[in-house]
Amino acid sequence: MGFLRVKKSEDLGGSSADPTAPLLEVDNLHVEFRIEDGTVRAVNGLSYTLGRGETLAILGESGSGKSVSAQAVMGILDTPPGFVTQGSVKFRGVDLLALNKKSKTYDHVVPEVRGTRIAMVFQDALTALNPVYTVGWQIGEMFRVHQGASRKEAKEKAIEMMERVKIPSARERINSYPHEFSGGMRQRVMIAMALSMDPDVIIADEPTTALDVTVQSQIMELLAELQRETGMGMILITHDLAVVADVADRVVVMYAGREMETAEIDDIFHLPSHPYTLGLMESIARPDVHVDRLTPIPGTPPDLLAIPSGCPFHPRCTYATERCPKEVPELESVNGSHSSACFYWKEVQVEL
Amino acid sequence: MSDDPSKESQEANDGTIGDESHLYADTVGEHLPVDVVTAAGDESTEKHQFRQTPGVAVGLDELPRNASLWGDAWRQLRRQPIFLISAVIIVVLIIISMFPGFFATHDPHQCNLIDSLLKPSSEHWFGTDLQGCDYYSRTIYGTRVSISIGIIVVFFVSIIAIVGGSVSGYYGGSVDSIIGRITDIWFVIPTILGGIVILSLVSTRGVGTVSLVLIVLGWATLLRLVRSSVLAVKANDYVDAARAMGASNTRIIVRHVLPNAIAPVIIVSAIYVGVIIAAEAALSFLGVGLQLPAISWGLMISNAQRRIITAPYLLVFPGAFLTLTVFSFILMGDALRDALDPKLR
Repeated sequence: MGFLRVKKSEDLGGSSADPTAPLLEVDNLHVEFRIEDGTVRAVNGLSYTLGRGETLAILGESGSGKSVSAQAVMGILDTPPGFVTQGSVKFRGVDLLALNKKSKTYDHVVPEVRGTRIAMVFQDALTALNPVYTVGWQIGEMFRVHQGASRKEAKEKAIEMMERVKIPSARERINSYPHEFSGGMRQRVMIAMALSMDPDVIIADEPTTALDVTVQSQIMELLAELQRETGMGMILITHDLAVVADVADRVVVMYAGREMETAEIDDIFHLPSHPYTLGLMESIARPDVHVDRLTPIPGTPPDLLAIPSGCPFHPRCTYATERCPKEVPELESVNGSHSSACFYWKEVQVEL
Repeated sequence: MSDDPSKESQEANDGTIGDESHLYADTVGEHLPVDVVTAAGDESTEKHQFRQTPGVAVGLDELPRNASLWGDAWRQLRRQPIFLISAVIIVVLIIISMFPGFFATHDPHQCNLIDSLLKPSSEHWFGTDLQGCDYYSRTIYGTRVSISIGIIVVFFVSIIAIVGGSVSGYYGGSVDSIIGRITDIWFVIPTILGGIVILSLVSTRGVGTVSLVLIVLGWATLLRLVRSSVLAVKANDYVDAARAMGASNTRIIVRHVLPNAIAPVIIVSAIYVGVIIAAEAALSFLGVGLQLPAISWGLMISNAQRRIITAPYLLVFPGAFLTLTVFSFILMGDALRDALDPKLR
């Protein structure tokens, strides 16, 4: 089956995309939700750069702001109550956010990127696919919306996409509804939709969380294979260290909307330099390390309405001193591109 | 794709997709039995040949085509006597209102005072009224007014409600507040009382005037329903997904939100036709609806009340038609609700 190259304009929101610039540069992103009870600071200064063919994993517990940061990048944040209050998101050098002078927040101003340049795979394909339409119609819609394809062309292309994500008997199944597919097949449909416009960046928001373990690895393999074929950059949002270990090139560990540690994949696993990362490692079973009892991280994730002062992790941290609640630790380079937001990263490393 | 089964299973079994063939078999097993297939009308004639992969039950070579919400609802409705009865009555009433001359035995406006107040007979099935008009023919012609007012009003009310409710529910914020407050104010006005006040100011009142007043007074309930339904649908991931795939707001509302939000609106609309027909009859009965020489069940009932002892049939026949009509629409709404909202089954 032919791999379709989609022709796209280089013009994005009036500025021209720079093919030499990194695919995606997120700098000091802040997102908050203004609700009746107060302000939920969901993302507090997230920065990363994604290159072509690269996979960046954003790792964190529920409520760490990982999905919200992806929504801000896509421009699908629910506004109100969600607002980007600071930071920039650049796609190929084109700034996707612009300051709204009236509200003092940032609006996503380049809707053209959605679907065609940056696409998203959602966690639960059963809820992310529209129950009233056949899967063929839904994949075909991408071609109708973005390329003005006729219904017949769209259907043919939808079949092509379904074959590309290895859905057996694609031609026969094109008129089936989402609920007639198994979980893994539905996620493939979702991936087919996301890939149909040949995006440069794909954001996979916990793509395998709703699936069982064997299907999980099939889906991750499929994503990795498609990534090799197309050279797209992938942002993988997950809380699953095992998934990260398999596919990611770089990892950003998030906690309470803040970056705790960022490193190449090997460094994260072999030289974790933040107590939180270390806690995550110790709380899962690993085939290469023998322990009698797994150590969970004590306490619960923070209330985002009242994030602890200083380092947000200090109430749960075994390394915490009186300095931690008073001062916010900045990201500090540990070694090359490996950095940690902890005053005591050296002590953490010593423990290993 | 190839029709050669051996090639397909080979494809399914090599390397990357591992035990896909088994997954596929699972999904096939979820389908409904073959006997429900023929329901879906002309589309079902297109056969769906699924290749036999290991693990697929033998004999499942034809699969149901229409597994959508509506296909499902239709299969359920076809087996429901309540739906069938109300649907038949409504269809008959609509045919009568379109071609009343075909059913009537006399010209309803050709009245002979000599025949005043005759009892039902083979010549005048429902008897005659004070003016000597054939009461059966007048009742038949009265269907036209009731059905057309019911359908016209609900059609326009639905349009107002769907547009207003989806804008209000989807965009939220200040638009929602403004529409919400206006709806609140409208809620305070009782339909019949408001109708009396407005219509008593108008000297000549036809079907158009009465419909317009009922439209103006009646949209609030349905708009609120659309809004809440849109709010519920909007929270679904597929709306976010559609946005992430680059669909515009209009496209999201029309293609993704409304098709999922419309079911309760259809249910209430069906019931609402009955309610509006009753409201028209009530207004005409009270003397602020249609005026003679228009023929309407409400007017007939109104004129009959003075002779309820001497000529009770003058009240019974239009009353029975009115009751049957309103009842059918309400039953239809109930049946639709049962079929479209599986949670209430």
